[in-house]
Amino acid sequence: MIQLPDSFSYIRGRETLARAQVLKRSWPFMLDLCVAAIGLACFYGVVVIAKYWFGHSEPEIVISQSPRALPLYAFYSVVRIGLAYLLSLVFAVGYGYLAAYNKRLEALMIAGLDILQSIPVLSFLPGVMLAMVALFPTRQIGVEMGAILLIFTGQVWNMAFSFYSSIKSIPRELSEAANIYRFSRLQRLVQLELPYAAIGLVWNSMVSVAGGWFFLMACEMFVLGPRDFRLPGLGSYLQTAAGTGNGVAIAWGLLAMVSIIVATDQFIWRPIIAWSDKFKFEQVESKARIKSPLLHLVQNSTALRSLGRLTTAPLSETLYRRYAQERQQRLAQSSSGSTSRPGSPWLRVLISVLAVVVVSYAAFHALGLLREVRFAQFKEILKGALATFLRVNVSLLLAAAWTIPAGVAIGFHPRLARIAQPIAQIAASVPATALFPVILLALIRVGGGLGIGSIALMMLGTQWYILFNVIAGAMAIPSDLREVATLFRFTTVQRWKTVILPGIFPFLITGMVTASGGAWNASIIAEYFRLKNQTLQTVGLGAQISAATDSGQFQILLLATMVMALMVVTINRLVWRPLYRLAGTRYKLEG
Amino acid sequence: MQTTIIRAERVEKYYAQPSENRIQVISPTDLSIVPGEIVALLGPSGSGKSTLLRMLTGLSAPSAGQVYWHEQPIASADVNVSIVFQSFALFPWLTVFENVEAPLKARGMEPAERRKRTIKILDTVGLDGFQAAYPKELSGGMRQRVGFARALVVEPEVLFMDEPFSALDVLTAENLRSELLELWQKKTIPTQAIFLVTHNIEEAVLLADRIIVLGRNPGHVRTDFKVALQHPRDRKATAFTQLVDYIYKVLTQPDAQPPELPQTPTGKRVRDQRQMHYQMLPHARPGGIAGLLELVLDHHGKDDIYRLADDLAFEIDDLLPIVDAAQLLGFLTVTEGDAAITATGAEYANSEILRQKQLFRTAAVTNVLLLRQIVRAIEAKSDRTVPEEFFHDMLDEQFSEEETLRQLETAINWGRYAELFDFDASRRRFIQSAKLQQEIDAHSNAEVDA
Repeated sequence: MIQLPDSFSYIRGRETLARAQVLKRSWPFMLDLCVAAIGLACFYGVVVIAKYWFGHSEPEIVISQSPRALPLYAFYSVVRIGLAYLLSLVFAVGYGYLAAYNKRLEALMIAGLDILQSIPVLSFLPGVMLAMVALFPTRQIGVEMGAILLIFTGQVWNMAFSFYSSIKSIPRELSEAANIYRFSRLQRLVQLELPYAAIGLVWNSMVSVAGGWFFLMACEMFVLGPRDFRLPGLGSYLQTAAGTGNGVAIAWGLLAMVSIIVATDQFIWRPIIAWSDKFKFEQVESKARIKSPLLHLVQNSTALRSLGRLTTAPLSETLYRRYAQERQQRLAQSSSGSTSRPGSPWLRVLISVLAVVVVSYAAFHALGLLREVRFAQFKEILKGALATFLRVNVSLLLAAAWTIPAGVAIGFHPRLARIAQPIAQIAASVPATALFPVILLALIRVGGGLGIGSIALMMLGTQWYILFNVIAGAMAIPSDLREVATLFRFTTVQRWKTVILPGIFPFLITGMVTASGGAWNASIIAEYFRLKNQTLQTVGLGAQISAATDSGQFQILLLATMVMALMVVTINRLVWRPLYRLAGTRYKLEG
Repeated sequence: MQTTIIRAERVEKYYAQPSENRIQVISPTDLSIVPGEIVALLGPSGSGKSTLLRMLTGLSAPSAGQVYWHEQPIASADVNVSIVFQSFALFPWLTVFENVEAPLKARGMEPAERRKRTIKILDTVGLDGFQAAYPKELSGGMRQRVGFARALVVEPEVLFMDEPFSALDVLTAENLRSELLELWQKKTIPTQAIFLVTHNIEEAVLLADRIIVLGRNPGHVRTDFKVALQHPRDRKATAFTQLVDYIYKVLTQPDAQPPELPQTPTGKRVRDQRQMHYQMLPHARPGGIAGLLELVLDHHGKDDIYRLADDLAFEIDDLLPIVDAAQLLGFLTVTEGDAAITATGAEYANSEILRQKQLFRTAAVTNVLLLRQIVRAIEAKSDRTVPEEFFHDMLDEQFSEEETLRQLETAINWGRYAELFDFDASRRRFIQSAKLQQEIDAHSNAEVDA
C-alpha cells in the first residue's frame, strides 16, 4: 500500500494474466450480471449507512467484541475512509488547479501546503469533533463527520501537491496545442490536465489511503474531557479488545484488517493502476504491464457502455457546445469594444480586506489563549519536545539500521525479492495503530514501558517507507557499477562506501523524509495510551498534546501543536531540503 | 484578392530585468503573410524563430507592437490557424481518432459532422486503419501525420509549422515533405498560406515561395526574398545549389551594419548585444573544435562551410557554433562562406593532447574576455577561489537567465579543458588549478597586460 517501485508491480502482474484471458472468452451477459450485482450491493450499502446515520443517536454506543459484529464494523470503517478519500480527491484537484493558475495566490497556497503537511493532524481532533457535534443535529452524525474530516486532513495535502506539480510540468507544446485548438477549460481539464496528472494522483492516493487507516484507528474512539466519543468501526473494535485484553477478539480484528487491505489492493488499486497505464507520458510502449480482470470486466461491459452513452456523452456534448458559443460571444463583445468588467477591482479589494480582518481576528484570539500558559508548563513542553525529538531520531536510526542491509539484499537478489516483497507488503499495509495495543501488551508483560513502546510504534509505522525506497534504490544501481566493484576486488567497506550508499542515497533520503514526518505524527498516539482502564504516559510532546486533549486544556494543546509544527518545518528546511538537493545533483544516477 | 491574412507591425519581444536593462530577444519587426504562399523562416538558434511564430499565431503577446488578423487586433479576432509542432504534441492518452477530433469538439461541432470530417482528413493524410491506435504505438513519421491531420481538420487559413520534420529521420522527412507539397499544390486542403520555421536550409529552398532569414542578438530580419524556382525542385540543379550557398553566406557573414538603436516608449535604454561589445561565447566543445579543424585540414585547409556541413551531415545550427568558436580562438578565418585554417589552427589540429591544451590555453586567455576575467578574479583573491554567482550577476546584466547559464557552462567547460582553473560543482566556485599555477601566471601576465 506504500509507494512501490514500478518493477514490483510488474512481477505481481504476471500471475493474474491467465485469469484475464479466461474472462475474455466468457459471455458478455455474465459480465453484465456481475456489474448489476455490484450495483445492487452498492445501493444496499447506501441504505444501511443512511439508516445508521439518520437513526436516533444512541446515548452510549457499546462496541461489541463478538467476531460476528466485525463485518458491519469493517464496512463502516471502509465507508469512512472512502468518503474522506473522495473528499480529498475533489479538494486536491481544486486546490492544485487554483494554485497552478492563479499567479497571485500561488506562492501563498504552496507555502500553505508545506505548513499544513507538517502540522500534526491529531491535534485537531478535539476541535473538529466539538465543532461537528455542535453543528449537526444528532451527535452520531457529528462525530462521524468529524472523523471523516480528520482523515481528510491527513490525506489531502500530498495529493494536492502532486496535482499542482503535474500541471506545472505539462510540456509547453502540449499546452500550446490546447490553446491553438481553442480548448475550453473543461476540455483542457479532461483531455490534458487530469490525464497528465493521473499517474501521480494514483500513487499518492495509495499512500494517502494507507495513511487514512492509521488515523482512522485513532479517531474512532477517544475521550475528550468528560465526554466519550465512539464510532462503531474496526478501530474502535481493536481498541476495545486491547483495552479489555481480549486476545481472540484482537486476532479477529487484525484478520479483518488484513483482508480488507488485500481486497482493496486487488479490487481497487490494481484495476486503477492498470487503467492509468495509458496515461504514461512516454513515446514507446513498455513491455511489462499490470493486468486486472476487474478492469477488463468494467471495460467490456455493454451495460456500462450504454449507460455512458445515455448519460455522460449527451451532457459533455451540451457543455462543449455551450463553451464554444460562449467563446464566440466573448469575441463578438470584445471586438465591439466593451471589454471592461465593471466593479471587479473594488470587489477584489473588499474581499481581500475582509479575509485579512477575519484571519487576523481569529489568529489574535488564538494567541490570546496562549496567555494562560504558565512558564512551568512552557518548560514542560520544551522538555517534551526534546524527548520526542530524540525518540523520533532514534526510531529513524533503528529503522535505517535494519532496512538498509535488508533492502539492499532484496534489491540485489531477485530470487529473495520474490519471496520477501509480498510479505513485506502485507506487513507494511497493516496500520501501525492497529498493531500497537498488541505490542504494548506484550512489552508490558516482559517489563518494558511506553518509552520503548513509543519508539516501537514510530518504527512500525515508518520503517516501510525506508525499506521500499532502499529496495528501489538498490534495483536502480546499474549492474556495470556492481561488476566494476567485483572486477577490482573492492573490500566490503569500499563497496558500500563507493557503490551502494551513494547509489541508494537519493532513495534513502526520500524514504527518510517521509518516515520522519510520519514518526512525528505517530508520537501523539505513541506517547500516551489507554490500556486496560489505565493511562500509560511518558515524557514527550505527543504525550502533552494527547493529555491536553483528554483534559480539555486548549491553550496547552495549541502551544504544543505549534511547537511540533515549527520543529517539523524547521527540520525539513534545515536538514532534509539540503540533503534532497544534494541527492538531486551529486548523487543522481544518469543514463 | 491580395489581402494580407496576418500582419505584424513593429512587433518585438524583450524581458525586463530587475535593473534598468532589459534583454531584447526580437527587435521591432514588420512581417505579413498573404494568401497563396509558403513562407520559410530561417535562422540560427537564438534568433527567435519560434518566438516570432508564437506571436504571429496569437499564442504569445508581443512586448510591443501589434499583430493583426485580417486587419483586426489578433487578441480579439476569431483566428483560424493551426500549428504542427516539432515534438508532435499529441495527447498520448487519446487515440489517433480522438486526437484529431479534439479541436472539432472544442468548436462545438455535432458528433456526426465531427466524425465525418475526422475520417476524411485521416484518409487524406494516409492514416486509414489507424483510428483506434494510440500515438505511442506509431512510428515517428506516422505520429507527425497525426499532427498534420489534427492541424488540417479545422481547415485553417494559415498552417504554421515549427520545425515539423526535424525530429524525423531523413527519408521519412523527405516523404512527408513531398506529400505536404502535393496536398498544397493540388488544393486538396483549403489552407491559404503556410508558414514554416526551420533551420534546415535545403528544406526551406525545397518548399518555400518566400524565405525570410533572421539574424540573432537580438532577432532581426536579415533578408526577405522570393524563390522563383519551378516545382518540383531538383536539389542537384545549379539554381538550387546557388540559392542554398547564398543563404549560407548570409548566415555566416558578420553583420555589416547594425540597425539603428531602438528607443522604448518609457525612455529606458535598450541593450543591444551588438552595441555592448560584450563577447558572447559560442556553445561549442573543445573536442568539437579540434574535430572541425582536422576536417578542414583534410579539405586542404580551406572549404565551403556548406560542404563541410554536408560532409558531417550536420544541420547549420549544429555547425555554426563550432565555426564561431574556432574563429573566436583564431584557429579559423571565415570569408564569404568559406572557412580557412590559420597557422595556429593547423598546429592545433596536428598536435598531441598536451600541446593542444597549451595552444588552446594561450588562445583562450588572449581572445576570450570571460575566461580572462575569471582567471584574473581568482588571482586577485587571497584564497584563490571565486564564487560562480559573481560572474552570474555580471553576465545577467547582458544576457537572459538561460543564456547566462549557458555562457557559464561553456566557460567552465573551456577553462577546465585548458586547465586555466578548476570548478567545484558542489560549492559552485571557481578555484585555481594548483598544478599549473605558475604557467597561468606567466601567460596571463605576459599576454593580457600586453
